[in-house]
Amino acid sequence: MKDHSILILGARSDIGMAIAHRFAKEKYEILLAARNAESLNSDISDIKIRYGVKTTLYNFDVLKSKSYENFINELPKIPSIVISAVGLMGTQTKSEIDTEDASIIFRSNFEGPANILSIFANKFLDRGYGTIVGISSVAGEGGRASNYIYGSAKAGFTAYLSGLRNRVSKKNFHVLTVIPGYVSTKMTEGLKLPLILTSTPYQVAEIVFNAIINKKNVVYVPKIWRYIMFIIKSLPENLFKYTRL
Amino acid sequence: MIQMIADNIQKISGWGNNHFFNVVLRQPRTAIEIKEYIKNIDSIARGNGRSYGDSSINLYNTIDIKKLNRILDFNSKNGLVIVEAGIKLNEIIEVFLPRGWFPYVTPGTKFVTIGGMIASDVHGKNHHKEGSFRKYVRWFDIMLSNGEILRCSKTKNQDLFDWTFGGMGLTGIIINVAFKLKPISTKWIIQKTIAADNFEQTMENFDKMMNSTYSVSWIDCLAKGKNFGRSLLYVGEHAKKSDLPPHLKKEILSVSNKKKFKFIFNLPSIFINSYFIKIFNILKFHSEKNHKTKFIDYDKFFYPLDNLHDWNKIYGKKGFFQYQCVFPLNHSYDGIKAILKILSDNQIGSFLAVLKKFGNQTGSFSFPMKGFTIALDFPMNKKNLHIMNLLDDVVLKYKGRIYLAKDSRISSEKFHKSEKRIINFINFRKTKLKNLMFSSMQSKRLNI
Repeated sequence: MKDHSILILGARSDIGMAIAHRFAKEKYEILLAARNAESLNSDISDIKIRYGVKTTLYNFDVLKSKSYENFINELPKIPSIVISAVGLMGTQTKSEIDTEDASIIFRSNFEGPANILSIFANKFLDRGYGTIVGISSVAGEGGRASNYIYGSAKAGFTAYLSGLRNRVSKKNFHVLTVIPGYVSTKMTEGLKLPLILTSTPYQVAEIVFNAIINKKNVVYVPKIWRYIMFIIKSLPENLFKYTRL
Repeated sequence: MIQMIADNIQKISGWGNNHFFNVVLRQPRTAIEIKEYIKNIDSIARGNGRSYGDSSINLYNTIDIKKLNRILDFNSKNGLVIVEAGIKLNEIIEVFLPRGWFPYVTPGTKFVTIGGMIASDVHGKNHHKEGSFRKYVRWFDIMLSNGEILRCSKTKNQDLFDWTFGGMGLTGIIINVAFKLKPISTKWIIQKTIAADNFEQTMENFDKMMNSTYSVSWIDCLAKGKNFGRSLLYVGEHAKKSDLPPHLKKEILSVSNKKKFKFIFNLPSIFINSYFIKIFNILKFHSEKNHKTKFIDYDKFFYPLDNLHDWNKIYGKKGFFQYQCVFPLNHSYDGIKAILKILSDNQIGSFLAVLKKFGNQTGSFSFPMKGFTIALDFPMNKKNLHIMNLLDDVVLKYKGRIYLAKDSRISSEKFHKSEKRIINFINFRKTKLKNLMFSSMQSKRLNI
């Protein structure tokens, strides 16, 4: 039998932690990676006691590409599933005038996650199996004035995942793209969110779990976003440029 | 219509749904975040919102602690568990029941946080034998207004430990809690039903069954004449493996996962009326009075209402009140009788009408005292508000007290008259707690 283990990059995020709980419930071994990892010690005890599964913690900073190798060497194993729940929304009004700030957002949402997943993808190819999951965003489906710095980085990440899926499609290798709409998390606290388009981190985790089991390619959370984005993307640019979405 | 969540402002109420408030609701994930939120501003902690009235509501700074719900440690030898205060009792049961552990004390719902259980110092059907939740708490960490966290136990910061039980969140924000669980060998309860045809028998039955671990009585508060005060007393014991018939031995320590019925909409309020309750009560009394002994699982025994999710919606849009008081033993007979008399004379039905005999008082500010307690539900209307004022007078006359976790309406004057300990509680808040800034709509209403 294959080993059941999952590595969560960006484990401090509400979505990352919810996914950890969902898989621990299914008795997966849990590997959590985040910045200032030691501050997640109480989450580690929580998961261990609740589900009785092996759970370990690793320091990982997606912006420090030079540390990737060390990080991977420190892992006790190459897990069967790797999820990137890394992300940084920033503030659009700031990042559209401050290129340093924009760079950090581009790198946190696109360059960093894509590069670290590439390393795992190559290891999966050598080994012969694996699952890669990227948490992208509806913001990546067409650029909108309200969030195009974050959105364009997510668009890059979505395209990366799609390309990777295409590359490994004939192998025993599953790539899942998760496209959440609004999620009530720390990241969106204080924002005005329309309730019917908003999901909880637990709903995202449930959908991710099922999508992995069923080998889905792309899932939207909630599903309604697939249709909303279809309509938005069908607008001719001539018209789209005047919209305020 | 799309409903917007604007800048953390949310509309909340107590479980009674009788008064909604627009409040600033904070949802911290860690103690450090709590410290930021309570700095220089008056606040109150809120758990799962199961207290019935306004005790966990502060208009400008309600601190929802449900995201602090981690289990930090568990000792499988002695059952000592350390958790963050926002974890709910149902989670504790889901995790530890399969390993043979159960809470020593549980209120009538499992959807309460451990922090809330301390703030109300909850009691269960075993209070007469095993006391309130306070007895099983080894220590807790509480955050004061200045962000300082103090560890409190029966030997360390004793006074703060003591006043926090039943203190309704007014002594600080509880962060971590260490408490003991009870070893059990099966999830089954052996339940006996003992019928009483009148009030005298109802009161006597408790003394006859005082050795039972769990005991609680349902009263038909609409019965008149010779049936006045008739009741069904339910007593229970944890079943051992050897007690079980073979067909129950298959599921010894599994968590009950019954499909829940969920109320999505408020029912029209005409649904709950005294005719309906009268018929319900007659059917209930006669159908159950001859049940002698049966095995039922913990969920059905302790939490019959939890399977009706959001059952508070059966009282309609206007909501309802819960009324719970206790009388000292020497006044219990007269006090309880006077309350039942008001209900039966006015033909005021209460779906829930629960009687229970408590054991000794332990905490300085906890609700239970040695004597009888009665809990009643009343739909929100003018007549019932008047009736509850009459009940307050009975409480005063017979030296009883009311349960703050259930209250949303008593006047400050009557509260201060009935609760002699309040002066010491207020003094403690003023003198011992630095820069005290904790208050709720309830504490303001009652001048605490």
